[in-house]
Amino acid sequence: MRRYLVTRLAQSVIVVLLVTTISFFLIRLAPGDPFSFVGDINMSATARDQLRAQYGYNKPVLEQFALFVANVARGRLGYSQSMHRNVGEVIADVLPRTLLLMSVALLLSFTIGIVVGAVQAVRRGSWFDRSLSGVLLLFYSIPDFWLALMALLALGYWLPIFPAGGMIDQVVHDYMSLGGRIRDIAAHLVLPSLTLALLSAAGIARYQRDTLLEILPQDFVRTARAKGLGERAVILKHALRNALLPVITLLGLSLPTLVGGAFFIEKVFAWPGMGYVAANAIASRDYDLVTGSVIVGGIMVTLGSLLADLLYAAADPRLRTR
Amino acid sequence: MRPPIPVSAPAERLAASSVASSVTTMPLVLDAPLRRARITSALWWSLALIALLCLVALLAPVLAPYSPNEQLDIVALKNQAPSVAHPLGTDQYSRDLLSRMLFGARISLSVAMLAVLLAATVGTAYGLVAGYLGGRADAIMMRLLDACLAIPRVLLLVAVLALWSPVPLISLILVIGLTGWFEVSRLVRAEVLSVMKREYVVAARALGTPGPRIIWRHILPNVLTPVLVAATLGVGNVIILEAGLSYLGIGARAPTASWGSIFFDGSDAFQATWWIALFPGLAIIVTVVAFNTFGAALRDALDPHQLAGGNAR
Repeated sequence: MRRYLVTRLAQSVIVVLLVTTISFFLIRLAPGDPFSFVGDINMSATARDQLRAQYGYNKPVLEQFALFVANVARGRLGYSQSMHRNVGEVIADVLPRTLLLMSVALLLSFTIGIVVGAVQAVRRGSWFDRSLSGVLLLFYSIPDFWLALMALLALGYWLPIFPAGGMIDQVVHDYMSLGGRIRDIAAHLVLPSLTLALLSAAGIARYQRDTLLEILPQDFVRTARAKGLGERAVILKHALRNALLPVITLLGLSLPTLVGGAFFIEKVFAWPGMGYVAANAIASRDYDLVTGSVIVGGIMVTLGSLLADLLYAAADPRLRTR
Repeated sequence: MRPPIPVSAPAERLAASSVASSVTTMPLVLDAPLRRARITSALWWSLALIALLCLVALLAPVLAPYSPNEQLDIVALKNQAPSVAHPLGTDQYSRDLLSRMLFGARISLSVAMLAVLLAATVGTAYGLVAGYLGGRADAIMMRLLDACLAIPRVLLLVAVLALWSPVPLISLILVIGLTGWFEVSRLVRAEVLSVMKREYVVAARALGTPGPRIIWRHILPNVLTPVLVAATLGVGNVIILEAGLSYLGIGARAPTASWGSIFFDGSDAFQATWWIALFPGLAIIVTVVAFNTFGAALRDALDPHQLAGGNAR
C-alpha cells in the first residue's frame, strides 16, 4: 500500500509539472500581451515597453519560463495586471467559492446518480427503467450553459423563486445575521449547483445502473437471497455496496468535467469563482492570472483523480496488495 | 464538458477485476431477440435523424427563406417574437432566426465531425504506437497522456482561443480536434494490449512480419470498433463544446451563424428575447441525442458478447 501511495503521488507531481509547462507555453506563445490593454488607451508605446521590461515580458520565452518556474517554486504565481493584485491572492479569494459550488454539485450529482441508477437496475427492463433511460439521455445531451440560462429564465425571472445570479444579495447581505447570510448564499447556490449536478448525474446514473446489473446476477447475491434476506437488504447491503466501488473512479473522471462545466455555469449565473475570474482574465489578456487559473484547475483535476484512486484502494482490498 | 459515457469502462473493468469472469455465465433476463429489435430500431431512427440533419445543413440555401446575415428591417423587424412570417422570430439585427438556424447547422455539424475525425485519427495512431511498443515507451507515453487529460480542456481551449482570437474556422477545428484525442488513445491502447496477445498476432510476429505491417493489417482492424463508437459519441460532445466556445464569443466569428453564436446573440437580453436563446439549444439537444443514441446502439450492436451473454445495458 505504501509503495502504491508513493508511486501514485510521484505520478501526480509529474502530471502537475507537465500541466504547468504545457499551459505556460500555450499561453505565452499567443500573440499580444497584457500591456496592450492596461492603463490609458493613450499611453505611449515607450511607456508600454517600459512596463514590459519591468515585468520581464521583453525577455526570450525560454528565459521567461525559467523565471516563472523559479517564482512558482517559491509560491509566487505572478502579478495580475487587470486586478492589480498578486495572482495567489486573487485565487485564494475566489477558489473557495468555486469549491463550494463544485462540492455541492458533486454531492448532489452523486446522490441523484446513484439513487436513480440503482432504482433503474433493480427494475431493469421495466417501463420505468426505459423512460428514465430516455430522460437521462436527454439530460446527457443538453448543453450546460443552455440549461443554466433556461433555468435562470424560468425560475429567476418568469417565476422569481430564486435570485437571478451572483453569490450574495449585494445590497443587504452585509447587514444580515450569520444565519441570514448562510440562507442568502444557499438561495443563490440552488440553481447553479442543481444545473451542474443534473447534467453530470446523468452519466453517473448510467454507470451505476450498468455496474449494478453486472453485480446482481453474481453468486454472492444469490447466496444472500437464498439465506432468506429481504430484497431490500440484498440490494442495499450486498449488491449496491459492491456496485459503488467502480463509481468511485467516476469521481476522478467527473472532475475535469465539473471544472469545465463550472466555467460556463459561473459565467451564466455570474458566480464570482475561478471560472468567472478566468474569463475576465482572458478578456484582458492577463497572462499571469490565466496561467495561474489553468494550473490551479489542473491541480484540482490531478488531486481529484489521486483522491479517487486512493479511495478506491482503500475500499477495495484486492488493490491494496498490488 | 461532461463525464464521458463510459465506453471504455467494460474493457477496463474486465481487465481490472477477477469478478468479471462470471459475467458470461449471467442468466438472460431480457430475451435476446427483443433486445436486438430494440437496438436495431434505435440504430435506424437515430441514423435517419442524423441523415436528415445533414440534409438540412446541405440544403440550407434552398430551405432558408432569407439569407442568414441579411438585416431585413432594423427598425420594424428587430427582436420579433416567433410568428407566421418568421417561424422562429428575428434577432436584434432583424435577421431571420430560422434562416440563421439552418445555416448554423452547417457550421455546427461540420466543425464537430471534422474535429472528431481528427481526434479519432490522432488518438488511434498514438494508442496503436504506445500499445504496440509497450514497456518503457508505453509508460512514458501514458504518463504524458495522463498530464494531457489532467488539463481542464475547456479552460485551456478558452484560454488559447481567446488569446489567439480571432481564429479562422479551420484553426477552431484543429484546436478542438487536437485537444480531444486523449480518451480515444487510452481506449485504443487498452484494446491493442488485448489484441496483441491473440494467436494471429503472435503468429504474424513469429513469421517475421514487420511491425508497421502487423499494426496496419492485424491490429488496427480489430481495434476500430471502439474507436467508431467513441467517435460517434464524441460528435455530440464536440457540438456542445463548439456551441460553448461560440457562446463565449471565441468560436465561430460573428456574423457567421452557428448554433452557439446564435445562442450568444440571445444570451444578453434573454429575459426579453428568450426565443433567440431557446431554439439553438433545442437544435443542439436533438442533434446530440441523435448522435448519442446512434453511438450507444452501435456499441450494443457491434458487441456480440453482450447479446449472447445477456449482459444487458
